[in-house]
Amino acid sequence: MPDKTNNTPPKGGYAARLPANHPVALYPPYRTSVKRSPQAAPLSFPSTISEETGPVFGHSMLGPLDGDLLRNFGPQDQTAIGPRIIVHGRVQDQFGRPVAGALLEVWQANAGGRYRHVKEGYIAPLDPNFGGCGRVITDADGRYELRTVKPGPYPWPNGPNDWRPAHIHFSVFGAGFAQRLITQMYFEGDPLIPLCPIVRTINDAAAVARLIAPLDKPHTLPMDALAYRFDITLRGRRQTLFENRMEGL
Amino acid sequence: MNDFPETASQTAGPYVHIGCTPNFAGINGVYPDDLGAKMITGAANGTRITLLGQVFDGTGTPLRDAMVEAWQADANGLYAGQPEADLHFTGFGRCACDPVDGTFRFETVRPAAVPWPQGGMQAPHITIWIVARGINLGLHTRAYFEDAPENDSDPVLGRIEHRNRVRTLLAQREEESTYRFNIHLQGAGETMFFDV
Ligand SMILES: [Fe+3]
Repeated sequence: MPDKTNNTPPKGGYAARLPANHPVALYPPYRTSVKRSPQAAPLSFPSTISEETGPVFGHSMLGPLDGDLLRNFGPQDQTAIGPRIIVHGRVQDQFGRPVAGALLEVWQANAGGRYRHVKEGYIAPLDPNFGGCGRVITDADGRYELRTVKPGPYPWPNGPNDWRPAHIHFSVFGAGFAQRLITQMYFEGDPLIPLCPIVRTINDAAAVARLIAPLDKPHTLPMDALAYRFDITLRGRRQTLFENRMEGL
Repeated sequence: MNDFPETASQTAGPYVHIGCTPNFAGINGVYPDDLGAKMITGAANGTRITLLGQVFDGTGTPLRDAMVEAWQADANGLYAGQPEADLHFTGFGRCACDPVDGTFRFETVRPAAVPWPQGGMQAPHITIWIVARGINLGLHTRAYFEDAPENDSDPVLGRIEHRNRVRTLLAQREEESTYRFNIHLQGAGETMFFDV
């Protein structure tokens, strides 16, 4: 089968989302979810053009440093403070097709665990060279790469002594609004992961494991940056009967 | 068939604005503009409208840290990216709720009806997506227009079993061209959310 066929998404509807892959809406140990979780069953219907289309973001939208959180905020000759890392991976749909042109927007705390935000209350210091946001668009093979600092863990007002594991927030746009997703990437080996009430909103251990980026030693830049690999899977469209026939011809 | 499971969602958390609307969050100079700040970029066709509202939690308190996104067809019923769609209309809006009263607001055009896959048309609507701290999976719904005659034959509204919940999807006309779409995450008037 030619590559082009492989990479062109079919025209059928989006496969239904499997709840087991996702967190539960109500998880009392994550206190804010108690009054913010819908209780009625959602309405299901097959995806329509409203969900199968979505905003298209071109590479021309990006500035040269948008995917480099080490340098996109501070003065030109300075970089963010902390362990330098590369985060890279591939965005695919649930049938394994690469998602080209996906916009990934990321945000994170600095290396000390502090966000640049008016509501942030942690005593760790701000880094004058770190804004904490970045974005990138996947290439034709669905690949992306970011440079940043490894964020620090931080305490948060939930239980009396809850700490978030180090994490990077990801917002993802695929080709259709049905694929819209916000998630968080964690780091291999962090002992805070299994203790975190937000992580524990997900019941399935394998689903949690997929959010943990392993160290990717071969991708490391010697004397510069460690690398972590985070692959993302979005929902996919099924083939229509018509398309199947066409391929069979 | 499910060869690769979808990546799990996690809450957008309290600092979603750093990543999605950094200029709103006071992080200026990284991106020229916040994405989705303007839906109308020129002489767009159609009736200008404002869609606004608040997102309420189960205690009736408006969320002040939510982010709301809108995706809609243009005044001819075409989505951006479709051939002959309005080039002065992006169809995509993103709004950080007001830090004081929690209002979100989209300056947009009134969309036209769009096709339903099995034939016929869907009434004019704006797809709405809500994320915030405490919301573990982004919530998907639609704002329809209370004064649209097409609502009576809309296939989505038609399949809502509990008929008293249909009104949770109807934006209410407040002024000449302003529609209010309040979203209730929980409680007696809980908005109908979609799994689509
Ligand atoms: Fe965070």
